[in-house]
Amino acid sequence: MADTMQFDLVSPEQKLASLQVASVQIPGADGQMTAMPNHAPVITTLRPGVLHIAGPEGEAKYAVTGGFAEVSPEGCSVLAEKAIAMADASQADLEPVVAAAREAAANAASENRDMAELLLADLEELLQNMV
Amino acid sequence: MPNLKDLKNRIESVKSTRKITKAMQMVAAAKLRRAQEAAEQSRPYTERFNAVLGGLASAVGTSDGAPLLLRGSGDDKVHMLVVMTAERGLCGGFNSTIVKLAKARIARLKAEGKTVKILTVGKKGREQLKGEFESLFVHHVDLSEVKKLGYDHAKDIAVDLLNRFEAQEFDVATIFYNRFQSVISQIPTEQQVIPASYDAPEGKEAGAADYDYEPDQDQVLADLLPRGVATQIFAALLENGASEQGARMSAMDNATRNAGDMIDNLTIEYNRSRQAVITNELIEIISGAEAL
Repeated sequence: MADTMQFDLVSPEQKLASLQVASVQIPGADGQMTAMPNHAPVITTLRPGVLHIAGPEGEAKYAVTGGFAEVSPEGCSVLAEKAIAMADASQADLEPVVAAAREAAANAASENRDMAELLLADLEELLQNMV
Repeated sequence: MPNLKDLKNRIESVKSTRKITKAMQMVAAAKLRRAQEAAEQSRPYTERFNAVLGGLASAVGTSDGAPLLLRGSGDDKVHMLVVMTAERGLCGGFNSTIVKLAKARIARLKAEGKTVKILTVGKKGREQLKGEFESLFVHHVDLSEVKKLGYDHAKDIAVDLLNRFEAQEFDVATIFYNRFQSVISQIPTEQQVIPASYDAPEGKEAGAADYDYEPDQDQVLADLLPRGVATQIFAALLENGASEQGARMSAMDNATRNAGDMIDNLTIEYNRSRQAVITNELIEIISGAEAL
């Protein structure tokens, strides 16, 4: 049984990663989840957060701001709206996104406010992690 | 007979025009390569996205519980046309073909008694549509300051469109753009984005319905559909960008060739007139000498 699986990280503008990994930790909408080979097929939306991948080629971290992940027994593809390798990321990259989320949360109608504030909180946490 | 000096000036001016068109052609070629790379880069995302969304959409179908973005507002009265053109001219028939397609569509919709609204992206299309349809314009997106087209630009357009859809400003949205086929051929295309139609994936992908969904199927779908609109617009913008540069490249190539032909003709004319002048002078000298 294979102990690695195919992992793809793509954003609309480019393909960021495509390699064999042993596990992927995904910031899913219902909480963190870790996908390993032979995981049951699942599709989840992403919250802003950090994607950890670990495999024979070492570990890597990517900051993602949203999108969704598709996990199947053979692999995992993450389609992120915006993704940056943590090694290259700086707070400056994210600040415009956080500012936009802050504004959206302030202007959100009452039924959407919880969602907007949750998004903002996630983004701010991500920003803190980047230091 | 045109004066020699005038001919010489004209040759010089056509030569400098040729230099400009040649330079524009080379710039367009470099930009085309970049635009094609960008389109290439976005393809994996678009393909995966459409596969997942296709599976999901076919599972939900167009039942009453399906999101509005998928089954439509149940009406077909107000059409929103998003006409995407270039910010600049000098690219052959690029802008006119899109505008022509959009105009044909407007005429057809009007004949059917529908209401038409127009959202323009890019200055050139706006200018060409202004004369006839200015009263139908609802919004214009200006990309002239944009150096490198990003997903964010597409997202802004999509968000604007979705807000209008939610405010029930329109029932059906269609985008118009040029699909890039090759440097000499771009295909004007119309594509309906709202309500979206996704093809169910074929063959092995058909197992998509077996997935577990987190939080649940409906929420995932509700989250993905707006992104789907942005993705389609982004793909269209990239195609349009590549088409524009391709069209400009072949237009400028033609212009350079025409300038070359013109220079050849003018040079022949110039040499002939010079020869005529010399012959004339010789005749005068000889007949002068004979008269003595």
